[in-house]
Amino acid sequence: MRVTDFALRLIAAVTLWSGAGHAFEVEDRQVYSAMAETSVLRVISTADKAVFEPIITAFQKANPGISIDYTITGTTDLMQAIYEEGAVFDLAISSAMDLQTKLANDGFAQSYLPTNAASLPDWAIWRDQLFAFTQEPAVMVVSNTFFKQGEAPQTRDALIALLRENPDRFRGRIGTYDVRRSGFGYLMATQDSRTSETFWRLMEVMGRLDAQLYCCSGDMIADVASGKLALAYNVLGSYAASEQAKTEGFHIVELTDFVNVMLRTVLIPANAENVKDARVMVDFLTGLRARPDLADKTGLPPVDAGALQNNPALRPIRFGPGLLVFLDQLKESKFLRSWENSILQETP
Amino acid sequence: MKQPTSIRKRLFYQLAAVAAVLSLAFVLVVRGVASQAAEGTQDDILAASATAIADSLTSEDGEVTLELPYSALSMLGTINEDRVFYRVMVQGETLTGYTDLPVTRSPRRLDTPTFSTEMYRGDEVRVASVLRRVANTATGSEVVVSVAQTRSGLAAISRSITITATGVGLLFFLLATTLSLLAANSALRPLRRMTGAVTRRGPSDLRPVTAEAPKELVPLVDALNSFMGRLRASLSRTEDLISEAAHRVRTPLATVRTQAEVTHRKLNKPEHKKAIRDMIRAIDESSRSAGQILDHAMVTFRADSLALDPLDLIALINETCDRLAPTADLKDIALLRELPDSSVPFNGDGIMLQAALHNILDNAIKYSPEDSDIAVRIASGAELRVSIADQGRGFGGMDLKDLTTRYSRGTNVGDVVGSGLGLTIADEVARAHGGRLELSQSKEGQGACVSLILPYV
Ligand SMILES: Nc1ncnc2c1ncn2[C@@H]1O[C@H](COP(=O)(O)OP(=O)(O)O)[C@@H](O)[C@H]1O
Ligand SMILES: [Mg+2]
Repeated sequence: MRVTDFALRLIAAVTLWSGAGHAFEVEDRQVYSAMAETSVLRVISTADKAVFEPIITAFQKANPGISIDYTITGTTDLMQAIYEEGAVFDLAISSAMDLQTKLANDGFAQSYLPTNAASLPDWAIWRDQLFAFTQEPAVMVVSNTFFKQGEAPQTRDALIALLRENPDRFRGRIGTYDVRRSGFGYLMATQDSRTSETFWRLMEVMGRLDAQLYCCSGDMIADVASGKLALAYNVLGSYAASEQAKTEGFHIVELTDFVNVMLRTVLIPANAENVKDARVMVDFLTGLRARPDLADKTGLPPVDAGALQNNPALRPIRFGPGLLVFLDQLKESKFLRSWENSILQETP
Repeated sequence: MKQPTSIRKRLFYQLAAVAAVLSLAFVLVVRGVASQAAEGTQDDILAASATAIADSLTSEDGEVTLELPYSALSMLGTINEDRVFYRVMVQGETLTGYTDLPVTRSPRRLDTPTFSTEMYRGDEVRVASVLRRVANTATGSEVVVSVAQTRSGLAAISRSITITATGVGLLFFLLATTLSLLAANSALRPLRRMTGAVTRRGPSDLRPVTAEAPKELVPLVDALNSFMGRLRASLSRTEDLISEAAHRVRTPLATVRTQAEVTHRKLNKPEHKKAIRDMIRAIDESSRSAGQILDHAMVTFRADSLALDPLDLIALINETCDRLAPTADLKDIALLRELPDSSVPFNGDGIMLQAALHNILDNAIKYSPEDSDIAVRIASGAELRVSIADQGRGFGGMDLKDLTTRYSRGTNVGDVVGSGLGLTIADEVARAHGGRLELSQSKEGQGACVSLILPYV
């Protein structure tokens, strides 16, 4: 196992909010001041600044009085901040549906019905507390040096077969999330394991080929693009798509057997202070479908029931108490043990 | 003040009240049953979830362990979006889940889940718990699996059921009220039909009511019929009495009068003759008075049930004139019948009309001097007018209104005897036929003119 340098850099860059008595790790923090500030909206989010900035800019254009204090953290840290440390934020935006669900289920979110609720699909809102605003598939990213366009395997079974047949070619050149460190990776892995038994076979095979483990989609994509990796499994599709606009050297494969679709969600914490502006932002985010320009700039595909219907392989992860299951202490440790047993094998 | 009671209203209000009670009962029962069913459903799902979790309990190296099944919790999210909590305790120690989830009713038996309602994290939750024994050691461990869910979905269901039930109840009430209005109307229809049958009858129709009556009205109809029977009997007795009395008074008087006349002729002494003449006049007065009293009674009686027979007024007038001609002759009075040749048809009570004409003409003769004329005329316009004009003393500025009241006589009567009933009879006959009696000075200047004015029916 190997922790990428990017992750190391991040850990080094971590700032402790010791002043406020917080122990969760903050990756970055940026205040977008309004011209004539009337209020401040404190957002805690797992979305990178680069991804989210266009949305903030557009939001402030529509609401010029609102300054935005944008704090970036990991999914687990976001959970820890709100669930355990009682940190005060007006909005929490996360790609970890399960953790967001737990926050709402355990009483850390407050209810609000977005003004455009009627135009949203049923599954995009849970308990009037959790609002999905993007639908992002988990994709496979393959290097152009290893696969010509269209030559990459299209199913997990094909992928397993390919890896088994060419162990030397792919040894050390396969990347995936370290599910112990990434909430998104954990969510995708657990959903994979629910959907199909091929998941565990794939992990076995990857483990035997000395799979590289990453904390973040960005690093994986960079290593695939540079040819360091032949392929990366379960990469956040929205990041891959926006990277592809900037970087050469890789392409994206949506597997045809099934594709888990994660919903990025926003919730208003129960202890939010600026609820009024938080609601304005929730309305703005759930209305992203009406802003294709922002979808282009951010690479975040807005919630769209029609897009899901067109591709039967897409499986949106459903909200509900089921998502609490893999957060169970025993269940999680067992899953991680199985996962470690599969993926962390001594190279013979 | 007490309102006059209406059967229809009372029937309607009572039926409406019953409908209201039934509607209310319906709403309460439906709501009770439905919310019980909804609660039962939640309990069932919670028990199923807890059982599913309990089923996946295993022992590993002497420790109880659990592989939480995905479906155990996801099944709770299928029907609503309520919050879900769970707790697994081994020998009283929390193995996993929400450590602070209250479990007040621990299950004692292995196969029966227990349920309780608790407050947890600011919400009311329903908790289902099942008990399992896991053979991790020689003695085994008792494991309690509890699954809890908030009840806002339940509240929403019960709210929507309440709304639906209330709507249906209200609809039922409105429908029942409308129907009870119809029922009240239809229940009273036979009554209305019978009222119609009785009202439509002629005034003298005292036949028993034969219209088919509902059972409840039979006693009333019977009572009515027996009452009408008695009335009929009493009326015919009165009628009999009047004609009997007239006969019994007039006949002996006539006999006495004939005898007196015979005696008058036989007597020679002037003072004897005068005595007999006085006697004859007294007999005549008695006879007329008796006749008038009886006529009056007869008119009053017949007016109650006026017969409308087709008549010819000319014939009626001629008959009356013929009957009084001898009396007129005694005073050398000429009865001038200025009548048309054709008949004048009229619907009325011939006997009454004859009585009226008789009394008017009798007055005219009585109050006229010897050797004068009495004109009898008939004029038909919008109404019929039979006038009898004489050349007598006339009404001479008297209060004419009083003359038609019973037993009232004018100041102009002088030595003419009378009972004061003649004009009363004529007036009552006129009014019974919807007409009136008109008293005036005759056109010829002198004398009275009495007119019987009758509208065509
Ligand atoms: N033809 C008439 N001429 C003058 N007066 C009359 C005539 N008819 C009736 N009256 C007056 O009207 C009164 C009432 O008449 P009536 O009822 O017949 O009673 P009576 O028995 O006195 O005639 C008479 O008393 C008389 O004064
Ligand atoms: Mg008279």
